[in-house]
Amino acid sequence: MTNLEFTPLVFGISAVAGCLGALTGLGGGVVVTPALTLLLGVDIRYAIGASLVSVIATSSGAAAAFVREGYSNIRIGMFLEIATTLGALLGAFLATRTPTAILSVIFGLVLLHAAWQSSRKRPADAKTLQPDLIARRLRLNGSYPSPDGPREYQVSHVKTGFSLMFGAGTLSGLLGIGSGALKVIAMDQAMRVPFKVSTTTSNFMIGVTAAASAGIYLSRGYIEPGLAMPVMLGVLAGSMLGARQLIGARVRVLRWIFAAVVGVMAIEMIVSGVQGKL
Amino acid sequence: MTDQRLEIIISVLLRTGVLLSAAVVSLGGICFLSRHGQEQAEYHVFHGAAQIFRSASGVIHAAGPSNCPAVIQLGLLLLILTPVARVVFSLAGFALERDRTYMLLTTIVLAILIYSLAGPHL
Repeated sequence: MTNLEFTPLVFGISAVAGCLGALTGLGGGVVVTPALTLLLGVDIRYAIGASLVSVIATSSGAAAAFVREGYSNIRIGMFLEIATTLGALLGAFLATRTPTAILSVIFGLVLLHAAWQSSRKRPADAKTLQPDLIARRLRLNGSYPSPDGPREYQVSHVKTGFSLMFGAGTLSGLLGIGSGALKVIAMDQAMRVPFKVSTTTSNFMIGVTAAASAGIYLSRGYIEPGLAMPVMLGVLAGSMLGARQLIGARVRVLRWIFAAVVGVMAIEMIVSGVQGKL
Repeated sequence: MTDQRLEIIISVLLRTGVLLSAAVVSLGGICFLSRHGQEQAEYHVFHGAAQIFRSASGVIHAAGPSNCPAVIQLGLLLLILTPVARVVFSLAGFALERDRTYMLLTTIVLAILIYSLAGPHL
C-alpha cells in the first residue's frame, strides 16, 4: 500500500475510534492499537507509539471543556500524578523488554476489562465519612457544583488509591493507552471521590502520564511520523466530533455496541498473541 | 490566584498546545504526502524510527521544507511538551498561592517528566 492510500485509511479508522472513545468515555487509544495491528498488520510497537501520542491530544483537548464545569480537582490530580508518571516510566521500560506476543495478550485482557466495564451500569456514589489523615494534610478534600449549590466531599483510602494509580500508570506506559478506566476506578471506588470529579480529574491526569512514557517511546523509535500523523489527527478529529454529539446520543445502545466490538478485538488480540502472530 | 482560575488558565494553555501541534503535524503531513505519497507504507516489521526522529535536538535540526517527516515529528514533540508546560504552569500557580507542599509535589512530577524526555535511559 502506498502512503497516499495508507494515510486516509488510518485517519478514518482513528477517527471512528476517537469518536467511539469520546462517546463512551473510554478514550480512543484503547481501540486504535488493536485496529491498526489486527486490520492493517502494523507492528504493535509502532501502533502503541502512535496511540500514546493521540492519547495526549484527546486528554489535553478535552480538558478545556471539563475544567469550565468546575469538577476537576487539581490537587488530587497533581498528587496522584507522582504515582502515574513513575508507573508510566516503569511501563515504558517494560514495554521495550516485553515480547510483542505477551504485550498482545496483556492488551487483550485490558480490552476484555474495558468491554465488561462499559457494558455495566456504574455504581452510585458511595458515601464514606471515614476521615483520612493524608487527605486532610494534602488538602485533597474539595467540593463540586450541584443543583443545590456546592457539595463538599471527603477523600479516603489515599494509600490504596496511590498504589492503584501506580498500576494505571504502568499499564499506560506498557500499552500506550490512557488507562482512564483504571484511574477512575482508583479515585471513584477506592478513594470515594465523586464520579464526576473522578472522570474529569482522570482526564486531566492522562496527558501528563502519557507524556512521561512518550519521552522513552520517542528515544526507542516507537513514534514513527508517517503513522503517528494520521492516527493523532484522526483520533483528535473523531473525539472532538464525539464530544459534541454526546448530548442527545443514545449512549446506552452505543455502550453495548462498543462493548461488543471491544470484546471481539480482545479475543483476537489474545489469540494472535498466543499464536505468536503479532 | 485560586485553584479554579489556575485550572482555567491551564485549560486554555492545553488547548492552544494541542491546536498548535495539530497545525504543525498537518503541515508536515501534507508535505510528507506530496513528497512521499507514492512510496510504500511499511510498518509491518519494527525497525524503529530513524535516529534523527528519536531526540528533540535531532528533530529540531532536521525539521524544514527538505524533511517533511521531521516537521510531523516536531508537531508531535510540541504535543508531548504540552502536558509538561501544564505542570510548569501549575508549579507557578502553587508558588503564587505560597503552597509549599504542592510546590514540592509538582516539582517531583516535573523531574520525572524531564527525566523521561531528556534523561539517560537504561
